[in-house]
Amino acid sequence: MDMYLTLIQLLDSTVRLATPLLLACLAGLYSERAGIFDIGLEGKMLAAAFFSAAIAAITGNVWIGLMAGIGASLVLSAVHGVASITFRGNQLISGVAINFLAAGMTVLIAQAWFKQGGRTPSLIGNGRFEPVTLPFAEAMQDVPILGPLYYELISGHSILVYLAFAAVPLTWWLLFRTRFGLRLRAVGENPAAVDTAGVSVVGLRFAAVAICGVLCGIAGAYLSTALQAGFVKDMAAGRGFIALAALIFAKWRPWHALYATLLFGLFGALETRPDVIQTITGMRVQGQLLSALPYVMTVIILAGFVGKAIPPRAGGEPYVKER
Amino acid sequence: MDVMPKWAEVVLVPLISLLLAAVLSALVILAIGEDPIEAVNLMITGALGSTYGWGYTLYYATNFMFTGLAVAIAFQARLFNIGGEGQAALGGLGVALVCLYIPWPHWTLAILGAAIGGAVFGAAWAAIPAYLQAKRGSHIVITTIMFNFIAAALLNYVLVSVLRPAGQMDPATARFPEAVHLPTLHDMLAPFGIAFSKAAPANISLLLAVAACVFLWFLIWRTKLGFEIRAFGQSEPAAQYAGIAPTRIIMITLLISGALAGMMATNNVMGEAERLVLNSVEGAGFIGIAVALMGRSHPFGVFIAAILFGFLYQGGAELALWTSIPRELIVVIQALVILFTGALDNMVRMPLERLFLMMRKEG
Repeated sequence: MDMYLTLIQLLDSTVRLATPLLLACLAGLYSERAGIFDIGLEGKMLAAAFFSAAIAAITGNVWIGLMAGIGASLVLSAVHGVASITFRGNQLISGVAINFLAAGMTVLIAQAWFKQGGRTPSLIGNGRFEPVTLPFAEAMQDVPILGPLYYELISGHSILVYLAFAAVPLTWWLLFRTRFGLRLRAVGENPAAVDTAGVSVVGLRFAAVAICGVLCGIAGAYLSTALQAGFVKDMAAGRGFIALAALIFAKWRPWHALYATLLFGLFGALETRPDVIQTITGMRVQGQLLSALPYVMTVIILAGFVGKAIPPRAGGEPYVKER
Repeated sequence: MDVMPKWAEVVLVPLISLLLAAVLSALVILAIGEDPIEAVNLMITGALGSTYGWGYTLYYATNFMFTGLAVAIAFQARLFNIGGEGQAALGGLGVALVCLYIPWPHWTLAILGAAIGGAVFGAAWAAIPAYLQAKRGSHIVITTIMFNFIAAALLNYVLVSVLRPAGQMDPATARFPEAVHLPTLHDMLAPFGIAFSKAAPANISLLLAVAACVFLWFLIWRTKLGFEIRAFGQSEPAAQYAGIAPTRIIMITLLISGALAGMMATNNVMGEAERLVLNSVEGAGFIGIAVALMGRSHPFGVFIAAILFGFLYQGGAELALWTSIPRELIVVIQALVILFTGALDNMVRMPLERLFLMMRKEG
């Protein structure tokens, strides 16, 4: 029973750690399916994390904070869109610039506003997302096996966690069952065909980049207002890049994005519980090895050794209308 | 079929981009309630007002020359090497091993050995992404990002568990022996009667970096290999048609790129810290991207841009010391430079081209 409870706790933190990855991964999914590479996921998340925590701290209302976070992320998305769609700049360079812009700006503004060495004040009460207790969770708590599963693992997360998980089927439906989704995918494979059909390539790509911005905004808000209570410098901590890795892992498919991010979330959870690994494998596994594992796996996947990951065909290419 | 004259392409476009970045940076300083003019004054006196300031400016510039050249040569072949950070970190490991385990009689030999050690380790770390790009079509940008993280984890492991001397708390190697300590600019200039600050870390690696600039210029514009790299960058199908093997060019270019990034460690690890510590690269690998973009991937441009970024880095440190503007201001400026000279290049170029076209029609 003790082992079971440990497992549940491990899966519980897996879900917690997978949530921002999942949101960012889906964000990248929309953008890259529409043919816009986005290595600026990290920066957008970071900017959103700061602005949602800062505005939540000032107003005392986390929902206003969330809106501010999404807004900040959307502004960076707009920069990326203008650079890579309107001016046909290099999408990778634009993404790199956005990452640096967010890394610098958040600390700069945090210092100017709060004077606490680049962090925001700790969020309390309505300033952060509290865990939601699902119906009957308390009552079911003592039922064997199912009780702890429901109480510990399924119930008791922030609303954003449920939102992230709901976004997976929604994304699948939007991409594969609607006209908008069909066009969005087409614009990432063959923009010229979409253009010939009289649909605006620029409009579709901007729409995809905007959806990406909204999702990154929620991911960032989750980091600073739900996972932790406040913003600290560089708190995205490479999650944007892991999300990109997960996206390749998932081969740009929504459900697989869920599995991939849960897997990476599990690595993150295991990193904090070396005792669990030791009991399971009987070996002492280096923490550094575990933290490097997602990246190593991505490289292996990219190399095509475990099934080939083929990105959308027009990805990274600016579309030039024939003149 | 160039619309613009060459001088406009090489000087005017980057200059306007830089100006835009500078204006926006000034607005940012204004927005956080500080005086931009005073900030610039502080940066200039802090970075260039004393030999101490110059010593730091040139020390940073040396780092950025190596990483800037590393990004620049890859750019020449249209390859985007974001892995400078990891390659420079591994270069540090190479330099540390060479300095710790080989009994060098004198620093003159040691610096050559260290440069080779750093280059070999840096190149080795670039080799895997290079091979995957050339042979399996894995995206170089993603793999090099991943390799940055893997390098950080690897170095963490090596410093904590392998190279840390017994009884030492912080994750770092032992100090390098006295014989491999590099002369600083103070030591080099003293015989000429020039009093240079003793405290500043600028050292003889600066000359190595300048030599690397010259070498790279020669390689890119005066050799067959350089021609092939540029041709490959201009058009891969055309290069292939002309009998240039893509695999070979990708491998060679990225190996040189990684070697240059790795050689940076002669400056920061051997010249300054004199032991290998965690995060010894301090982001110089990423600044190399901005330096290469600003320098238009030309070794001379990289040289100038590296000194400018050295100034920004040291000036920014002084700013953080004397005002409440944090060091991260440099990161913002760096981001704006990358954005305007790299991604929004066309925003500046398109109206300029139109302007030149109009002038040509009238003339």
